[in-house]
Amino acid sequence: MKYIHLLSILPFLGILVGIIFANRVTPYVLGLPFMIFWLLLWLFLTSITLAIVYKFDPQNKEEETANE
Amino acid sequence: MNSALIIMAVFLLITIFLGIQAKKGRDMDLEQWTVGGRGFGSIFIFLLMAGEIYTTFTFLGGSGWAYSKGGAAFYILGYGALMYVISYYLLPPIWKYANKHRLMSQSDYFTKKYNSPYLGVLVALVGVIAMIPYLVTQFQGLGIIVSEASYGIISPTLAVWIGAISVTVYVMVSGIHGSAWTAVLKDFMILAVCIFLGIYLPFHYYGGFEPMFKAINEAKPGFTALQDKGLSTSWFISTVLLTSLGAYMWPHTLGASFSAKSPNVFRKNAIFMPLYQLILMFVFLVGFAAVLQVPGLKNGDLSLLRLSEKTFDPWFIGLIGAAGLLTAIVPGSLILMTSAVMLSKNVVQVLAPKVPDQTVSKLAKYLVPFIALITVFATLKGGTALVPLLLMGYSLVTQLFPSVAFSLLKRNPITKAGAACGIIAGIAVVAYTTISGAAIASLFPSLPQAFKDLNIGVVAMVVNIVVMAVVSLVTKKSRSVQIDEEAEVNIG
Repeated sequence: MKYIHLLSILPFLGILVGIIFANRVTPYVLGLPFMIFWLLLWLFLTSITLAIVYKFDPQNKEEETANE
Repeated sequence: MNSALIIMAVFLLITIFLGIQAKKGRDMDLEQWTVGGRGFGSIFIFLLMAGEIYTTFTFLGGSGWAYSKGGAAFYILGYGALMYVISYYLLPPIWKYANKHRLMSQSDYFTKKYNSPYLGVLVALVGVIAMIPYLVTQFQGLGIIVSEASYGIISPTLAVWIGAISVTVYVMVSGIHGSAWTAVLKDFMILAVCIFLGIYLPFHYYGGFEPMFKAINEAKPGFTALQDKGLSTSWFISTVLLTSLGAYMWPHTLGASFSAKSPNVFRKNAIFMPLYQLILMFVFLVGFAAVLQVPGLKNGDLSLLRLSEKTFDPWFIGLIGAAGLLTAIVPGSLILMTSAVMLSKNVVQVLAPKVPDQTVSKLAKYLVPFIALITVFATLKGGTALVPLLLMGYSLVTQLFPSVAFSLLKRNPITKAGAACGIIAGIAVVAYTTISGAAIASLFPSLPQAFKDLNIGVVAMVVNIVVMAVVSLVTKKSRSVQIDEEAEVNIG
Protein backbone atom coordinates (compact mmCIF):
# COMPACT_ATOMS: atom_id res chain seq x y z
CA MET A 1 0.00 0.00 0.00
CA LYS A 2 1.58 3.24 -1.13
CA TYR A 3 0.97 6.45 0.78
CA ILE A 4 -0.62 8.03 -2.28
CA HIS A 5 -3.63 5.77 -1.73
CA LEU A 6 -4.38 7.58 1.53
CA LEU A 7 -5.60 10.44 -0.66
CA SER A 8 -8.61 8.29 -1.55
CA ILE A 9 -9.95 8.89 1.96
CA LEU A 10 -10.55 12.55 1.10
CA PRO A 11 -13.80 12.08 -0.86
CA PHE A 12 -15.22 10.00 2.01
CA LEU A 13 -14.38 12.76 4.48
CA GLY A 14 -15.70 15.48 2.20
CA ILE A 15 -19.00 13.77 1.52
CA LEU A 16 -19.78 11.74 4.64
CA VAL A 17 -18.34 14.06 7.27
CA GLY A 18 -18.63 17.27 5.29
CA ILE A 19 -22.38 16.85 4.91
CA ILE A 20 -22.82 17.46 8.65
CA PHE A 21 -21.58 21.02 8.14
CA ALA A 22 -22.81 21.50 4.60
CA ASN A 23 -26.45 20.59 5.26
CA ARG A 24 -27.87 24.08 4.79
CA VAL A 25 -29.70 26.17 2.21
CA THR A 26 -27.66 29.38 2.41
CA PRO A 27 -25.34 30.80 1.19
CA TYR A 28 -26.21 30.25 -2.46
CA VAL A 29 -23.15 29.44 -4.55
CA LEU A 30 -23.35 29.58 -8.36
CA GLY A 31 -27.10 29.87 -7.95
CA LEU A 32 -27.30 26.62 -5.98
CA PRO A 33 -28.34 26.06 -2.37
CA PHE A 34 -25.20 25.34 -0.32
CA MET A 35 -25.67 21.58 0.22
CA ILE A 36 -26.27 21.01 -3.46
CA PHE A 37 -23.21 23.07 -4.35
CA TRP A 38 -21.13 21.14 -1.81
CA LEU A 39 -22.03 17.71 -3.24
CA LEU A 40 -21.47 18.95 -6.77
CA LEU A 41 -18.08 20.31 -5.78
CA TRP A 42 -17.14 16.88 -4.43
CA LEU A 43 -17.96 15.20 -7.72
CA PHE A 44 -15.16 17.32 -9.22
CA LEU A 45 -12.84 16.87 -6.24
CA THR A 46 -13.37 13.08 -6.26
CA SER A 47 -12.46 12.98 -9.91
CA ILE A 48 -9.34 15.11 -9.33
CA THR A 49 -8.32 12.99 -6.33
CA LEU A 50 -8.55 9.78 -8.34
CA ALA A 51 -6.64 11.36 -11.22
CA ILE A 52 -3.79 12.24 -8.84
CA VAL A 53 -3.83 8.76 -7.28
CA TYR A 54 -3.79 7.22 -10.76
CA LYS A 55 -0.85 9.35 -11.86
CA PHE A 56 1.30 8.28 -8.92
CA ASP A 57 0.07 4.69 -8.66
CA PRO A 58 3.10 2.58 -9.68
CA GLN A 59 0.89 -0.41 -10.45
CA ASN A 60 -0.56 1.24 -13.55
CA LYS A 61 2.78 1.53 -15.27
CA GLU A 62 3.60 -2.11 -14.65
CA GLU A 63 0.28 -3.24 -16.06
CA GLU A 64 0.35 -0.91 -18.99
CA THR A 65 3.64 -2.35 -20.19
CA ALA A 66 2.48 -5.89 -19.44
CA ASN A 67 -0.86 -5.62 -21.22
CA GLU A 68 -0.55 -3.20 -24.05
CA MET B 1 -50.45 8.44 -35.05
CA ASN B 2 -48.85 11.53 -33.58
CA SER B 3 -45.28 12.71 -34.04
CA ALA B 4 -44.22 11.54 -30.55
CA LEU B 5 -45.23 8.01 -31.42
CA ILE B 6 -43.38 8.02 -34.74
CA ILE B 7 -40.18 9.26 -33.10
CA MET B 8 -40.33 6.62 -30.39
CA ALA B 9 -40.98 3.89 -32.97
CA VAL B 10 -37.99 5.03 -35.05
CA PHE B 11 -35.71 4.94 -32.02
CA LEU B 12 -36.97 1.52 -31.02
CA LEU B 13 -36.20 0.20 -34.51
CA ILE B 14 -32.70 1.75 -34.45
CA THR B 15 -32.13 0.14 -31.05
CA ILE B 16 -33.16 -3.30 -32.24
CA PHE B 17 -31.03 -2.88 -35.37
CA LEU B 18 -27.97 -1.79 -33.35
CA GLY B 19 -28.52 -4.62 -30.91
CA ILE B 20 -28.71 -7.29 -33.61
CA GLN B 21 -25.92 -6.02 -35.85
CA ALA B 22 -23.60 -6.06 -32.81
CA LYS B 23 -23.19 -9.78 -33.44
CA LYS B 24 -21.30 -9.05 -36.70
CA GLY B 25 -20.35 -12.57 -37.70
CA ARG B 26 -19.04 -13.46 -34.25
CA ASP B 27 -19.34 -17.03 -33.13
CA MET B 28 -21.44 -16.59 -30.01
CA ASP B 29 -20.08 -19.08 -27.52
CA LEU B 30 -20.91 -18.46 -23.87
CA GLU B 31 -17.76 -16.41 -23.25
CA GLN B 32 -18.39 -14.17 -26.25
CA TRP B 33 -22.07 -13.85 -25.36
CA THR B 34 -21.69 -12.98 -21.67
CA VAL B 35 -18.35 -11.20 -21.36
CA GLY B 36 -17.68 -10.13 -24.96
CA GLY B 37 -14.58 -12.31 -25.23
CA ARG B 38 -13.00 -10.00 -22.60
CA GLY B 39 -12.06 -7.47 -25.26
CA PHE B 40 -13.89 -4.26 -24.33
CA GLY B 41 -11.85 -1.10 -23.97
CA SER B 42 -12.45 1.98 -21.84
CA ILE B 43 -15.31 3.42 -23.85
CA PHE B 44 -17.54 0.36 -23.98
CA ILE B 45 -16.90 -0.41 -20.32
CA PHE B 46 -17.60 3.21 -19.47
CA LEU B 47 -20.95 3.02 -21.22
CA LEU B 48 -21.85 -0.40 -19.82
CA MET B 49 -21.06 0.77 -16.31
CA ALA B 50 -22.95 3.99 -16.90
CA GLY B 51 -25.82 1.82 -18.09
CA GLU B 52 -26.19 0.65 -14.55
CA ILE B 53 -26.55 4.21 -13.22
CA TYR B 54 -28.76 5.86 -15.81
CA THR B 55 -31.74 3.56 -15.65
CA THR B 56 -35.43 4.39 -15.81
CA PHE B 57 -35.29 4.51 -12.07
CA THR B 58 -32.90 7.49 -12.22
CA PHE B 59 -34.69 9.17 -15.10
CA LEU B 60 -38.13 9.07 -13.50
CA GLY B 61 -37.14 8.30 -9.90
CA GLY B 62 -34.35 10.90 -9.73
CA SER B 63 -36.63 13.72 -10.79
CA GLY B 64 -39.37 12.13 -8.66
CA TRP B 65 -37.23 12.20 -5.53
CA ALA B 66 -36.18 15.80 -6.09
CA TYR B 67 -39.84 16.67 -6.65
CA SER B 68 -41.24 14.94 -3.59
CA LYS B 69 -38.30 14.70 -1.14
CA GLY B 70 -36.09 17.65 -2.12
CA GLY B 71 -32.50 17.72 -0.91
CA ALA B 72 -32.50 14.06 0.17
CA ALA B 73 -32.38 13.11 -3.52
CA PHE B 74 -28.76 14.25 -3.52
CA TYR B 75 -27.67 11.13 -1.67
CA ILE B 76 -27.46 9.70 -5.20
CA LEU B 77 -24.63 12.13 -6.03
CA GLY B 78 -22.89 11.17 -2.78
CA TYR B 79 -22.75 7.49 -3.54
CA GLY B 80 -22.23 8.24 -7.21
CA ALA B 81 -18.86 9.74 -6.29
CA LEU B 82 -17.81 7.27 -3.60
CA MET B 83 -18.71 4.07 -5.46
CA TYR B 84 -16.00 4.90 -8.00
CA VAL B 85 -13.37 5.45 -5.35
CA ILE B 86 -14.25 1.96 -4.15
CA SER B 87 -14.24 0.59 -7.70
CA TYR B 88 -10.69 1.87 -8.20
CA TYR B 89 -9.55 -0.65 -5.62
CA LEU B 90 -12.20 -3.34 -5.95
CA LEU B 91 -12.47 -4.04 -9.66
CA PRO B 92 -8.85 -4.49 -10.83
CA PRO B 93 -8.06 -7.42 -8.48
CA ILE B 94 -11.45 -9.03 -9.16
CA TRP B 95 -10.93 -8.61 -12.90
CA LYS B 96 -7.44 -10.16 -12.74
CA TYR B 97 -8.76 -13.16 -10.88
CA ALA B 98 -11.73 -13.51 -13.22
CA ASN B 99 -9.51 -13.22 -16.28
CA LYS B 100 -7.07 -15.81 -15.02
CA HIS B 101 -9.76 -18.35 -14.25
CA ARG B 102 -12.02 -17.51 -17.22
CA LEU B 103 -14.92 -16.57 -14.95
CA MET B 104 -18.20 -15.39 -16.47
CA SER B 105 -20.41 -14.41 -13.58
CA GLN B 106 -20.36 -13.08 -10.07
CA SER B 107 -21.24 -16.47 -8.66
CA ASP B 108 -18.35 -18.04 -10.62
CA TYR B 109 -16.19 -15.72 -8.56
CA PHE B 110 -17.57 -17.01 -5.26
CA THR B 111 -17.42 -20.62 -6.48
CA LYS B 112 -13.74 -20.30 -7.37
CA LYS B 113 -12.52 -18.03 -4.58
CA TYR B 114 -14.20 -19.97 -1.81
CA ASN B 115 -13.80 -23.27 -3.62
CA SER B 116 -17.48 -24.07 -3.14
CA PRO B 117 -19.98 -24.57 -5.99
CA TYR B 118 -22.83 -24.45 -3.49
CA LEU B 119 -21.81 -21.01 -2.28
CA GLY B 120 -21.99 -20.14 -5.99
CA VAL B 121 -25.56 -21.48 -6.11
CA LEU B 122 -26.50 -19.38 -3.08
CA VAL B 123 -24.99 -16.24 -4.61
CA ALA B 124 -26.69 -16.93 -7.96
CA LEU B 125 -30.08 -17.31 -6.29
CA VAL B 126 -29.61 -14.15 -4.19
CA GLY B 127 -28.59 -12.32 -7.36
CA VAL B 128 -31.56 -13.48 -9.40
CA ILE B 129 -34.03 -12.77 -6.58
CA ALA B 130 -32.59 -9.25 -6.32
CA MET B 131 -32.45 -8.64 -10.07
CA ILE B 132 -35.98 -9.67 -11.07
CA PRO B 133 -37.67 -6.82 -9.11
CA TYR B 134 -35.04 -4.49 -10.57
CA LEU B 135 -36.03 -5.60 -14.05
CA VAL B 136 -39.70 -5.25 -13.13
CA THR B 137 -39.20 -1.62 -12.14
CA GLN B 138 -37.41 -0.99 -15.45
CA PHE B 139 -40.37 -2.43 -17.33
CA GLN B 140 -42.83 -0.50 -15.18
CA GLY B 141 -40.92 2.69 -15.92
CA LEU B 142 -40.95 1.84 -19.60
CA GLY B 143 -44.74 1.39 -19.47
CA ILE B 144 -45.18 4.78 -17.78
CA ILE B 145 -42.84 6.62 -20.15
CA VAL B 146 -44.23 5.23 -23.38
CA SER B 147 -47.87 5.60 -22.41
CA GLU B 148 -47.35 9.16 -21.15
CA ALA B 149 -45.21 10.19 -24.12
CA SER B 150 -47.68 8.70 -26.61
CA TYR B 151 -50.42 10.73 -24.90
CA GLY B 152 -52.16 7.51 -23.87
CA ILE B 153 -52.41 6.00 -27.36
CA ILE B 154 -50.20 3.09 -26.33
CA SER B 155 -51.27 1.50 -23.07
CA PRO B 156 -48.62 0.68 -20.45
CA THR B 157 -49.39 -3.02 -20.97
CA LEU B 158 -48.72 -2.88 -24.70
CA ALA B 159 -45.58 -0.81 -24.11
CA VAL B 160 -44.23 -3.39 -21.66
CA TRP B 161 -44.81 -6.21 -24.16
CA ILE B 162 -43.14 -4.32 -27.01
CA GLY B 163 -40.15 -3.40 -24.85
CA ALA B 164 -39.77 -6.93 -23.47
CA ILE B 165 -39.92 -8.57 -26.90
CA SER B 166 -37.38 -6.13 -28.41
CA VAL B 167 -34.86 -6.61 -25.65
CA THR B 168 -35.30 -10.41 -25.64
CA VAL B 169 -34.56 -10.61 -29.35
CA TYR B 170 -31.30 -8.71 -29.31
CA VAL B 171 -30.07 -10.25 -26.07
CA MET B 172 -30.57 -13.73 -27.53
CA VAL B 173 -28.75 -12.80 -30.73
CA SER B 174 -25.89 -10.60 -29.53
CA GLY B 175 -25.59 -10.94 -25.75
CA ILE B 176 -23.42 -8.30 -24.14
CA HIS B 177 -22.34 -6.93 -27.55
CA GLY B 178 -25.94 -5.82 -28.05
CA SER B 179 -25.99 -4.12 -24.64
CA ALA B 180 -22.76 -2.26 -25.39
CA TRP B 181 -23.91 -1.00 -28.80
CA THR B 182 -27.32 0.15 -27.62
CA ALA B 183 -25.67 1.78 -24.59
CA VAL B 184 -23.91 4.16 -26.98
CA LEU B 185 -27.21 5.43 -28.36
CA LYS B 186 -28.82 5.48 -24.94
CA ASP B 187 -26.14 7.59 -23.31
CA PHE B 188 -26.07 10.06 -26.16
CA MET B 189 -29.85 10.50 -25.93
CA ILE B 190 -30.04 10.74 -22.17
CA LEU B 191 -27.18 13.27 -22.05
CA ALA B 192 -28.80 15.50 -24.63
CA VAL B 193 -32.31 15.30 -23.16
CA CYS B 194 -31.36 15.72 -19.50
CA ILE B 195 -28.95 18.61 -19.98
CA PHE B 196 -31.43 20.44 -22.17
CA LEU B 197 -34.37 19.95 -19.80
CA GLY B 198 -32.31 20.71 -16.69
CA ILE B 199 -31.22 24.06 -18.07
CA TYR B 200 -34.23 25.06 -20.14
CA LEU B 201 -37.00 24.43 -17.58
CA PRO B 202 -35.53 26.44 -14.65
CA PHE B 203 -34.77 29.36 -16.98
CA HIS B 204 -38.10 29.18 -18.78
CA TYR B 205 -40.23 29.10 -15.64
CA TYR B 206 -38.11 30.96 -13.08
CA GLY B 207 -35.48 32.92 -15.00
CA GLY B 208 -32.54 30.93 -13.62
CA PHE B 209 -31.34 28.45 -11.00
CA GLU B 210 -31.05 30.82 -8.07
CA PRO B 211 -34.53 32.37 -8.54
CA MET B 212 -35.94 28.83 -8.81
CA PHE B 213 -34.32 27.60 -5.60
CA LYS B 214 -35.25 30.82 -3.79
CA ALA B 215 -38.87 30.43 -4.85
CA ILE B 216 -38.91 26.80 -3.69
CA ASN B 217 -37.30 27.58 -0.35
CA GLU B 218 -39.76 30.40 0.19
CA ALA B 219 -42.72 28.10 -0.46
CA LYS B 220 -41.19 25.17 1.43
CA PRO B 221 -38.43 26.33 3.82
CA GLY B 222 -35.47 23.94 4.00
CA PHE B 223 -36.78 21.78 1.16
CA THR B 224 -33.43 21.76 -0.68
CA ALA B 225 -31.43 20.52 2.35
CA LEU B 226 -31.73 17.39 4.49
CA GLN B 227 -34.44 17.16 7.13
CA ASP B 228 -34.02 17.19 10.92
CA LYS B 229 -35.76 13.86 11.29
CA GLY B 230 -36.19 10.89 8.96
CA LEU B 231 -34.22 11.83 5.86
CA SER B 232 -31.59 13.47 8.05
CA THR B 233 -27.80 13.67 7.96
CA SER B 234 -27.39 10.30 9.70
CA TRP B 235 -29.76 8.76 7.15
CA PHE B 236 -27.67 10.36 4.39
CA ILE B 237 -24.33 9.13 5.73
CA SER B 238 -25.47 5.55 6.35
CA THR B 239 -27.34 5.30 3.05
CA VAL B 240 -24.52 6.75 0.96
CA LEU B 241 -22.02 4.39 2.58
CA LEU B 242 -24.18 1.27 2.15
CA THR B 243 -25.19 2.00 -1.43
CA SER B 244 -21.64 2.79 -2.50
CA LEU B 245 -20.49 -0.55 -1.07
CA GLY B 246 -23.39 -2.41 -2.66
CA ALA B 247 -23.30 -0.76 -6.08
CA TYR B 248 -20.79 -3.17 -7.60
CA MET B 249 -22.37 -6.17 -5.95
CA TRP B 250 -25.17 -6.21 -8.52
CA PRO B 251 -24.42 -9.35 -10.53
CA HIS B 252 -24.96 -7.65 -13.88
CA THR B 253 -22.59 -4.80 -12.99
CA LEU B 254 -19.81 -6.99 -11.64
CA GLY B 255 -20.38 -9.42 -14.51
CA ALA B 256 -20.12 -6.64 -17.11
CA SER B 257 -16.75 -5.66 -15.64
CA PHE B 258 -15.34 -9.04 -16.75
CA SER B 259 -15.69 -7.89 -20.36
CA ALA B 260 -12.88 -5.33 -19.94
CA LYS B 261 -9.60 -6.03 -21.69
CA SER B 262 -7.32 -4.78 -18.92
CA PRO B 263 -7.60 -3.75 -15.25
CA ASN B 264 -6.41 -0.27 -16.12
CA VAL B 265 -9.75 0.36 -17.83
CA PHE B 266 -11.40 0.53 -14.39
CA ARG B 267 -8.87 2.93 -12.90
CA LYS B 268 -9.24 5.29 -15.83
CA ASN B 269 -13.02 5.00 -15.68
CA ALA B 270 -13.02 5.73 -11.96
CA ILE B 271 -11.52 9.15 -12.74
CA PHE B 272 -14.22 10.16 -15.22
CA MET B 273 -17.28 8.46 -13.80
CA PRO B 274 -17.84 10.92 -10.92
CA LEU B 275 -18.03 13.75 -13.50
CA TYR B 276 -20.55 11.76 -15.47
CA GLN B 277 -22.84 11.95 -12.43
CA LEU B 278 -23.38 15.58 -13.35
CA ILE B 279 -26.17 14.42 -15.63
CA LEU B 280 -28.10 13.49 -12.51
CA MET B 281 -27.83 17.06 -11.36
CA PHE B 282 -29.80 18.08 -14.44
CA VAL B 283 -32.40 15.40 -13.75
CA PHE B 284 -32.81 16.81 -10.22
CA LEU B 285 -33.15 20.33 -11.62
CA VAL B 286 -36.11 19.13 -13.67
CA GLY B 287 -37.71 17.66 -10.54
CA PHE B 288 -37.17 20.94 -8.66
CA ALA B 289 -38.60 22.95 -11.55
CA ALA B 290 -41.74 20.81 -11.35
CA VAL B 291 -42.27 21.47 -7.62
CA LEU B 292 -44.07 24.77 -8.12
CA GLN B 293 -45.21 24.24 -11.74
CA VAL B 294 -47.09 20.93 -11.50
CA PRO B 295 -47.75 20.74 -7.75
CA GLY B 296 -49.73 18.03 -6.01
CA LEU B 297 -48.71 14.97 -8.06
CA LYS B 298 -49.23 11.89 -5.92
CA ASN B 299 -46.68 9.98 -7.93
CA GLY B 300 -43.56 12.18 -8.07
CA ASP B 301 -42.10 9.89 -10.74
CA LEU B 302 -44.44 11.52 -13.22
CA SER B 303 -43.09 15.02 -12.56
CA LEU B 304 -40.55 15.05 -15.41
CA LEU B 305 -43.05 13.85 -18.00
CA ARG B 306 -45.95 16.01 -16.81
CA LEU B 307 -43.90 19.20 -16.76
CA SER B 308 -42.48 18.39 -20.21
CA GLU B 309 -45.95 17.77 -21.65
CA LYS B 310 -47.03 21.11 -20.27
CA THR B 311 -44.04 22.84 -21.87
CA PHE B 312 -43.17 21.21 -25.20
CA ASP B 313 -44.60 20.08 -28.54
CA PRO B 314 -45.35 16.39 -29.12
CA TRP B 315 -42.28 15.71 -31.29
CA PHE B 316 -40.04 16.72 -28.41
CA ILE B 317 -42.03 14.55 -26.00
CA GLY B 318 -41.28 11.75 -28.46
CA LEU B 319 -37.54 12.33 -27.98
CA ILE B 320 -37.94 12.27 -24.21
CA GLY B 321 -39.98 9.09 -24.54
CA ALA B 322 -37.30 7.53 -26.72
CA ALA B 323 -34.58 8.41 -24.20
CA GLY B 324 -36.72 6.92 -21.44
CA LEU B 325 -37.35 3.79 -23.47
CA LEU B 326 -33.61 3.29 -23.91
CA THR B 327 -32.91 3.78 -20.20
CA ALA B 328 -35.19 0.81 -19.54
CA ILE B 329 -34.02 -1.45 -22.34
CA VAL B 330 -30.22 -1.22 -21.95
CA PRO B 331 -29.94 -2.10 -18.25
CA GLY B 332 -32.77 -4.57 -18.83
CA SER B 333 -30.70 -6.40 -21.41
CA LEU B 334 -27.76 -6.82 -19.03
CA ILE B 335 -30.00 -8.05 -16.24
CA LEU B 336 -31.77 -10.55 -18.48
CA MET B 337 -28.52 -11.95 -19.76
CA THR B 338 -26.87 -12.13 -16.33
CA SER B 339 -29.85 -13.87 -14.73
CA ALA B 340 -29.94 -16.42 -17.53
CA VAL B 341 -26.22 -17.18 -17.30
CA MET B 342 -26.27 -17.53 -13.53
CA LEU B 343 -29.31 -19.80 -13.52
CA SER B 344 -27.91 -22.05 -16.20
CA LYS B 345 -24.19 -22.10 -15.34
CA ASN B 346 -24.20 -21.58 -11.59
CA VAL B 347 -27.38 -23.36 -10.58
CA VAL B 348 -28.36 -25.98 -13.17
CA GLN B 349 -24.83 -27.12 -14.00
CA VAL B 350 -23.94 -27.47 -10.32
CA LEU B 351 -27.05 -29.43 -9.45
CA ALA B 352 -26.75 -31.57 -12.61
CA PRO B 353 -22.98 -31.78 -13.19
CA LYS B 354 -23.29 -34.19 -16.12
CA VAL B 355 -24.81 -31.56 -18.38
CA PRO B 356 -22.21 -30.64 -21.05
CA ASP B 357 -20.99 -27.05 -21.52
CA GLN B 358 -22.71 -26.67 -24.86
CA THR B 359 -26.10 -27.44 -23.35
CA VAL B 360 -25.45 -24.92 -20.56
CA SER B 361 -24.67 -22.30 -23.16
CA LYS B 362 -27.88 -23.06 -25.10
CA LEU B 363 -29.94 -23.21 -21.95
CA ALA B 364 -28.70 -19.73 -20.98
CA LYS B 365 -30.00 -18.31 -24.27
CA TYR B 366 -33.34 -20.09 -24.06
CA LEU B 367 -33.83 -18.91 -20.49
CA VAL B 368 -33.85 -15.30 -21.72
CA PRO B 369 -37.42 -15.29 -23.13
CA PHE B 370 -38.56 -17.32 -20.15
CA ILE B 371 -37.20 -14.79 -17.61
CA ALA B 372 -38.54 -11.92 -19.73
CA LEU B 373 -41.99 -13.52 -19.67
CA ILE B 374 -41.98 -13.95 -15.89
CA THR B 375 -40.92 -10.32 -15.54
CA VAL B 376 -43.66 -9.09 -17.87
CA PHE B 377 -46.28 -10.93 -15.82
CA ALA B 378 -44.84 -9.63 -12.57
CA THR B 379 -44.87 -6.11 -14.05
CA LEU B 380 -48.47 -6.32 -15.18
CA LYS B 381 -49.81 -8.02 -12.05
CA GLY B 382 -47.47 -6.62 -9.41
CA GLY B 383 -48.47 -3.00 -9.11
CA THR B 384 -46.96 -0.97 -6.34
CA ALA B 385 -46.17 -3.96 -4.13
CA LEU B 386 -42.89 -4.17 -6.01
CA VAL B 387 -41.29 -0.98 -4.75
CA PRO B 388 -40.30 -2.50 -1.39
CA LEU B 389 -38.97 -5.50 -3.32
CA LEU B 390 -36.66 -3.28 -5.31
CA LEU B 391 -35.32 -1.64 -2.18
CA MET B 392 -34.89 -5.13 -0.75
CA GLY B 393 -32.97 -6.12 -3.89
CA TYR B 394 -30.38 -3.43 -3.25
CA SER B 395 -30.00 -4.48 0.39
CA LEU B 396 -29.74 -8.14 -0.65
CA VAL B 397 -26.82 -7.67 -3.01
CA THR B 398 -25.09 -5.39 -0.49
CA GLN B 399 -24.89 -8.44 1.79
CA LEU B 400 -22.40 -9.97 -0.65
CA PHE B 401 -19.90 -7.16 -0.05
CA PRO B 402 -18.17 -8.41 3.14
CA SER B 403 -17.27 -11.80 1.69
CA VAL B 404 -16.04 -10.21 -1.55
CA ALA B 405 -13.95 -7.65 0.36
CA PHE B 406 -12.33 -10.29 2.56
CA SER B 407 -11.67 -12.51 -0.45
CA LEU B 408 -9.28 -9.87 -1.78
CA LEU B 409 -6.94 -10.22 1.18
CA LYS B 410 -3.83 -12.31 0.62
CA ARG B 411 -4.86 -14.59 3.45
CA ASN B 412 -8.60 -14.63 3.59
CA PRO B 413 -9.67 -15.36 7.17
CA ILE B 414 -13.21 -16.16 6.01
CA THR B 415 -14.19 -19.77 5.29
CA LYS B 416 -16.82 -20.85 2.78
CA ALA B 417 -19.15 -21.78 5.64
CA GLY B 418 -18.53 -18.36 7.20
CA ALA B 419 -19.28 -16.56 3.94
CA ALA B 420 -22.46 -18.59 3.37
CA CYS B 421 -23.77 -18.17 6.93
CA GLY B 422 -22.96 -14.44 6.92
CA ILE B 423 -24.81 -13.91 3.65
CA ILE B 424 -27.80 -15.96 4.83
CA ALA B 425 -27.95 -14.11 8.17
CA GLY B 426 -27.72 -10.72 6.43
CA ILE B 427 -30.44 -11.68 3.99
CA ALA B 428 -32.67 -12.92 6.79
CA VAL B 429 -32.42 -9.53 8.52
CA VAL B 430 -33.11 -7.70 5.23
CA ALA B 431 -36.13 -9.92 4.52
CA TYR B 432 -37.52 -9.56 8.04
CA THR B 433 -37.13 -5.80 8.17
CA THR B 434 -38.52 -5.33 4.65
CA ILE B 435 -41.56 -7.51 5.15
CA SER B 436 -42.37 -6.28 8.67
CA GLY B 437 -41.59 -2.70 7.66
CA ALA B 438 -39.35 -2.39 10.72
CA ALA B 439 -37.00 0.55 11.00
CA ILE B 440 -34.39 1.23 13.65
CA ALA B 441 -36.83 3.74 15.15
CA SER B 442 -39.47 1.03 15.71
CA LEU B 443 -37.01 -1.65 16.86
CA PHE B 444 -35.18 0.62 19.32
CA PRO B 445 -37.53 3.51 20.14
CA SER B 446 -35.38 4.86 22.98
CA LEU B 447 -32.29 5.61 20.88
CA PRO B 448 -31.33 9.19 20.01
CA GLN B 449 -32.79 10.51 16.76
CA ALA B 450 -29.48 10.27 14.85
CA PHE B 451 -29.42 6.50 15.45
CA LYS B 452 -33.10 6.08 14.65
CA ASP B 453 -32.57 7.57 11.20
CA LEU B 454 -29.76 5.18 10.28
CA ASN B 455 -30.45 3.03 7.26
CA ILE B 456 -31.78 -0.33 8.48
CA GLY B 457 -29.28 -2.02 6.15
CA VAL B 458 -26.60 -1.16 8.70
CA VAL B 459 -28.12 -3.71 11.10
CA ALA B 460 -28.13 -6.42 8.41
CA MET B 461 -24.51 -5.64 7.56
CA VAL B 462 -23.38 -5.85 11.18
CA VAL B 463 -25.24 -9.15 11.74
CA ASN B 464 -23.73 -10.48 8.50
CA ILE B 465 -20.15 -9.63 9.52
CA VAL B 466 -20.52 -10.96 13.08
CA VAL B 467 -22.00 -14.29 11.91
CA MET B 468 -19.36 -14.53 9.17
CA ALA B 469 -16.54 -14.00 11.66
CA VAL B 470 -17.89 -16.43 14.28
CA VAL B 471 -18.63 -19.24 11.82
CA SER B 472 -15.24 -18.74 10.14
CA LEU B 473 -13.46 -19.12 13.50
CA VAL B 474 -15.34 -22.35 14.22
CA THR B 475 -14.75 -23.87 10.77
CA LYS B 476 -11.15 -22.72 10.44
CA LYS B 477 -9.64 -26.16 9.80
CA SER B 478 -11.20 -26.62 6.39
CA ARG B 479 -9.48 -23.60 4.96
CA SER B 480 -6.00 -24.85 4.09
CA VAL B 481 -7.01 -25.59 0.48
CA GLN B 482 -8.21 -22.09 0.06
CA ILE B 483 -5.03 -20.45 1.25
CA ASP B 484 -3.04 -22.12 -1.55
CA GLU B 485 -5.48 -20.55 -3.95
CA GLU B 486 -5.17 -17.15 -2.33
CA ALA B 487 -1.40 -17.15 -2.41
CA GLU B 488 -1.44 -16.84 -6.20
CA VAL B 489 -3.43 -13.68 -6.20
CA ASN B 490 -1.73 -10.42 -5.57
CA ILE B 491 -4.02 -7.54 -4.79
CA GLY B 492 -1.23 -4.93 -4.70
